[in-house]
Amino acid sequence: MENIVGGKSALVWAVHLSVGLLVVLWLFPTVGLFVSSFRTADQISSSGWWSSLGEVQQNLVLRAADPDEFRVERDGRYVVEGTLFEEGVAAKITVWGTSSRRIDEFKPGDVADLKKGETITVDAVGNYLWSGPEERMKGRGQRVFVTAQTPPDFTLANYDNMLFEEDNLEGMSNAFFSTLTVTIPATIIPIAIAAFAAYALAWMEFPGRSLLIAAVVGLLVVPLQLALIPLLKLHLGIGIGKGYLGVWLAHTGFGLPLAIYLLRNYMASLPRDIIENARVDGATDFQIFTRIILPLSYPALASFAIFQFLWTWNDLLVAKVFLIDATGETTVMTNHIVELLGTRGGNWEILATAAFVSIAVPLLVFFLMQRYLVRGLLAGSVK
Amino acid sequence: MHPALQGLITIILGVGGCLGYFYLANQILDKVIFPPRLDDAGRNINRANMVRPWLFLFPAIFALGLYLAYPVFETLRLSLTDRLQDGAFVGLANYQQMFGEDKFWEAMRNNMLWLIVVPAVSTAFGLLVAQLTDRIAWGNIAKSLIFMPMAISFVGASVIFKLIYDARPVGREQIGVLNAVWLQFEGGVGSFLFLRLLPAIILLGFALVVAYTVWLVLRPILTGRRRSGWWLSALQTALSALGIYLAILAVINTVQVFRIEHVYGQPQTWLTLPFWNNFFLMVVLIWIQTGFAMVILSAALRGIPEETVEAAILDGANPFQVFFRIKVPQIMGTIVVVWTTITLTVLKVFDIVFAMTNGQWQTQVLANYMFDKLFRANDWGTGSAAAIIIMLLVTPILVWNIVNARREMR
Repeated sequence: MENIVGGKSALVWAVHLSVGLLVVLWLFPTVGLFVSSFRTADQISSSGWWSSLGEVQQNLVLRAADPDEFRVERDGRYVVEGTLFEEGVAAKITVWGTSSRRIDEFKPGDVADLKKGETITVDAVGNYLWSGPEERMKGRGQRVFVTAQTPPDFTLANYDNMLFEEDNLEGMSNAFFSTLTVTIPATIIPIAIAAFAAYALAWMEFPGRSLLIAAVVGLLVVPLQLALIPLLKLHLGIGIGKGYLGVWLAHTGFGLPLAIYLLRNYMASLPRDIIENARVDGATDFQIFTRIILPLSYPALASFAIFQFLWTWNDLLVAKVFLIDATGETTVMTNHIVELLGTRGGNWEILATAAFVSIAVPLLVFFLMQRYLVRGLLAGSVK
Repeated sequence: MHPALQGLITIILGVGGCLGYFYLANQILDKVIFPPRLDDAGRNINRANMVRPWLFLFPAIFALGLYLAYPVFETLRLSLTDRLQDGAFVGLANYQQMFGEDKFWEAMRNNMLWLIVVPAVSTAFGLLVAQLTDRIAWGNIAKSLIFMPMAISFVGASVIFKLIYDARPVGREQIGVLNAVWLQFEGGVGSFLFLRLLPAIILLGFALVVAYTVWLVLRPILTGRRRSGWWLSALQTALSALGIYLAILAVINTVQVFRIEHVYGQPQTWLTLPFWNNFFLMVVLIWIQTGFAMVILSAALRGIPEETVEAAILDGANPFQVFFRIKVPQIMGTIVVVWTTITLTVLKVFDIVFAMTNGQWQTQVLANYMFDKLFRANDWGTGSAAAIIIMLLVTPILVWNIVNARREMR
C-alpha cells in the first residue's frame, strides 16, 4: 500500500485495523465452538464461552471438615484446620462470609466471630482455621460463603467420551472410520481415470477433441441433484444397492469433470519440446504418459486430490442418498452430526466435540497443503 | 467383510484395473490388432494412433456419460412420468402440481434472495480483503485465516453458527453470542446507532451503489452511443430494471428501519424469525465463500500491471480512485467468474438449510425442497421436476462457461 498512500500513515493504520477486525470476525465462530468442546456441560450452559477465557467469578457455598472427626485440642481450645477447596482447584477468594445474607462480610485473612468464643478465619487460597470451646465444635462443619475467582478450566473429557468410550452409542469413532473409508477410494480412483483422459485431451490429436473439452466444461457445472434419482435407480437395479461401492462410484463420477479439467489444463501447459523429443526417440504414448507427463503433473494431481478429499469428507448429500440405508448401520460424520443436532439440540458439549472431530482432519489438510489448494482454485474456476 | 478392507481392495482394483486396462489395451492395439509388420507397417501405426486416444478416453467418457450426462435426460424423463402409475407418461402434471404448492414458491423466493445476497456480499467482502491484505506484512496470515472456513463442511459450519444463534430463556445467562449482544441494547443511544443508523447507512449505501452502476450501464444506451448488439442492450436494460427495483426496495426499507419497534431485553430465537432467518442462514455460506472469492481476486489484483497503478498515482489519483477506476475495471472478468462460481454453489445449497432449519419457518430452498420430495414424500416425479428447475437456473451459466472455454482455446 505504501506507494499508493504515500505519507498518509493514518490510512495505513486504518488498513491494519480493518484487516485485524475482519480476521477476528472470521475466526470468532470457529474459536467459539473449539473452546466449547473443551468445557463441561455445566460450564457451557452456565456462561458464554467468551467468559471462560478469562477468570470466572463464582459464588460458592463450602463447608469446613467434620469437627467430630478432625478437631484437635490446642491450648484448651478445639481447632479444625484445612482447606475449603478440593485439591487442584486454584481459586482465589476475594470476599467471604458466614451467613447467606452477608456473603461479602469479610476479606481474606479477617477473623469472623461466631459468638460464644467460636471464630473462623479464611485466607485467599481457601485455608481456614476454625476454633472454639469444646461444646461449640461438634455437629456439622461450619458453612462458609465465598466469592472466588477461578482460572480458566478446560477438560478433554468430551473428546474422551465421543471418541474412545466404547459404550457411547453416539460416539464418533464408527462414523469417523466410515468417512475415512468413503473418502480415500473416492479420492484416488477418479485421479487414475482422469489422468489418462486428460493426457489424451491435452496431447493427442483426434477429431472431436475440442467438442469433448467443451462437454467436460459443461458437465463441470451440472448440479448433482439431477443425478440422484436416476443413479439410485441404476444402483438398485444392477444390485449394487446402497453401500460403500455405490458411494465410491458416485463420487468418482461427480469428481471426474473437475479432475479432467484441472489435469488437462496443467498438462497442456507443459513444454511441447519434452514430449516431442520423447516421440522422436521412439517413446510410445503410454511411455510418454507414465514416464514424463505423470511425474511432471504432480502439483495438479495434488491440487485435485485435496479438492476431492475435502469435498468427499465434507459431503452430506451423496452419502445420504447412496450410502446410508434404512438400517442406519453405516453413517458418515456429517450425517451423524445432523442426527445429533436433532436429538441433542441443546447439548453443546456433545455437538461441539462431534463437529470438531469432523472438522479437525480437513483443517489439518488445509493448513499443510494450502498452496496446492490455492493453485487448484485458481486453475479450476473457469475463466 | 470389514469396510476398511473392502476399501483397500477397491483402491487396488480401481487403480490397478485402470492401469492394467490402459497397459493391456495399448499392448493389444499395437501387437495384435494393428501390428507394425513389414508389408503395411506405416498404415498400421497410423491406424493404431487413430484409435489410441479413444482407448485413453473410454473409461472417463463412460463414467461421465453414465454418472452425469445420462441422469440429466433420465431426470427429465422421470419428471414427466408418475411413479405410482408404474412410470406412465403424465406430461406436465408434475410441474403443474409443483407450481400449485406454496412450499415451492417459498423455495423459489428464498433461492432468489440467496442468489442476490450471497454472491454479492461474498464477492464484495472477498474483494475488500484481497485489496486490504495486498501490501501489508501479515497479509498472508490474515488471508489464510479468512480462507480457513473453506475447509469446514457445511454441516460443521451449521453447528458453529447454531451456537452463535443459540437462545436461552429470559433471565438465564445467554450462551449464544448474538443474543448476548442483543441483550446489551436497551433503546438508548447505542441502540439507535447500531440498530437504526448503521442499517440505514448500509441500505442507503447499497441503493447508491446500485443506482450508480445502473447509471453507468444505461448511459451509453440512453445517449444513443451504443456499440453492442440489441440483445446485449436488452439484457442490460433488464438487469438495470432489476437494479432500480432493488434500489427502491432498499430506500423503502431505510424508512422502515426507523419505524420498526424493537423488543429490547427479550432473547430472540433467530432461526424462527420469518424472512430474517434466511439472512441468518446466508451468513453461514457468506462466511465460507468469502475466502474463495478473496483467493481468486487476490491473485487477479497481483496480476494487474504495476505501470497502470503508478501512472494513476502520478496523475494525482487518490487510493479510492485507484481502486475503483484502475484496479476494479481491470479485474472485472475475474469478478464475474467469482460471482458465477458462487452463484452455482448457492443454487445447489442444501446442507446448511437441511442441518439448521430443514426448511421450517419459511426457509425452504430448492435443493432441500427436492430432497424432501424425493426421500420423505417419495414423490420422484415432483422431485425430478424440482431438479429440472435447478438445472434450468444453472443452464445460462453452463452455456456461458462453454462459450468462454471455446473462445479461450482458439
